Amino acid sequence: MIEAIRKLVDEHGRMPVPAASLKPDQDLYAAGLTSFATVQLMLAIEEHFDIEFPERMLNRRSFASLSAIAACFNEIEPARLAS
Amino acid sequence: MCVKCETFLDGLFEHGLLIDTGIDGLYGRGGTFERVVTGLESLISRYGDEDQAEVVRFPPGMNRKFFEKSGYLKSFPQLAGTIHSFDGNERAHGALLAKLEGGEDWTADQRATDIVLAPAACYPLYPAVAKRGPLPKPGLLFDLQSYCFRREPSKDPARMQMFRMREYVRIGTPEQVTAFRAVWLERGREFVNDLALPFDVDVANDPFFGRAGRIMASSQRDQGLKFELLVPIESVEKPTACLSFNYHQDHFGTTWGINTQSGDVAHTACVGFGLERLTLALFKHHGFDTAQWPAPVRQALWP
Ligand SMILES: [Zn+2]
Repeated sequence: MIEAIRKLVDEHGRMPVPAASLKPDQDLYAAGLTSFATVQLMLAIEEHFDIEFPERMLNRRSFASLSAIAACFNEIEPARLAS
Repeated sequence: MCVKCETFLDGLFEHGLLIDTGIDGLYGRGGTFERVVTGLESLISRYGDEDQAEVVRFPPGMNRKFFEKSGYLKSFPQLAGTIHSFDGNERAHGALLAKLEGGEDWTADQRATDIVLAPAACYPLYPAVAKRGPLPKPGLLFDLQSYCFRREPSKDPARMQMFRMREYVRIGTPEQVTAFRAVWLERGREFVNDLALPFDVDVANDPFFGRAGRIMASSQRDQGLKFELLVPIESVEKPTACLSFNYHQDHFGTTWGINTQSGDVAHTACVGFGLERLTLALFKHHGFDTAQWPAPVRQALWP
């Protein structure tokens, strides 16, 4: 999961560092993720995993680290399968 | 307040302060209204003059290419206004008149010009500054004023579609720019105290469009990039932003390639004064007759 996100961060995050160098809990904003790139990343994750972030997750904290993004995904996915 | 007037807006019309055009948010201004605007502008200048800002005035239209590059359409497509114009031949003119006569939509054949309406006074400034090359060591400071356009029709007179914004814009290092904003956060409070208006200062976000906009708005708030000085006008629960203090970080510096002398990307910040909103706040709190306004307020506006 984290690896799939890592790949999307590389492709859409426009980060100054390669995503391979990022630890799961490392602050992506401190590592150079901008607000605009966060939006691109959000859209890419939605498309790649065929999910939709609910309103309450559309904030800066949801994308603050690889594991934060994974946590959002883990929360959305069971809800989707159940519905 | 006036008894026969249903709303604050009706009162403004009734007293000749604003003039109805039939379009919500598009009003003429009467002489008394303008006298207040002029008074506000000179009071703002008295606060800002010691910094010796470079005065620049742009018209309310801007180069469409600059507008496109600014990123405004990414964030606020719903607010933008473009200028379209007829550029057909005589036959096309005939078709236009026929449609007009028949009550049909004639506007679909209008073509976009190379001008769009300025969404904020500072938007035309950044490309002009970029052309000058690297910033001088102390950075730059500008004094701007322009009519601005935002497509948000409303019966709330404080939400106009065409309104004037006075701005000071600082361009420099992050330290220079954040210091500027801190100074104006203080001055802004003093300024509104001079006007004897009730206010609050609060962290804020711009009305970014759509789901992606939710992330942008949350980022702006979490990072404390935008503050507003709010005065109750139409409602106490939802007070109106009359001043805004915006730290753009390197957004415009990166977009336009503005660099400091040491070669780093320049940061920018601006303080914006909503001239109509401040004027409306004064009429709301001190009444429609300026002769009856508190003496210190009159003194501040017209010394
Ligand atoms: Zn501005």
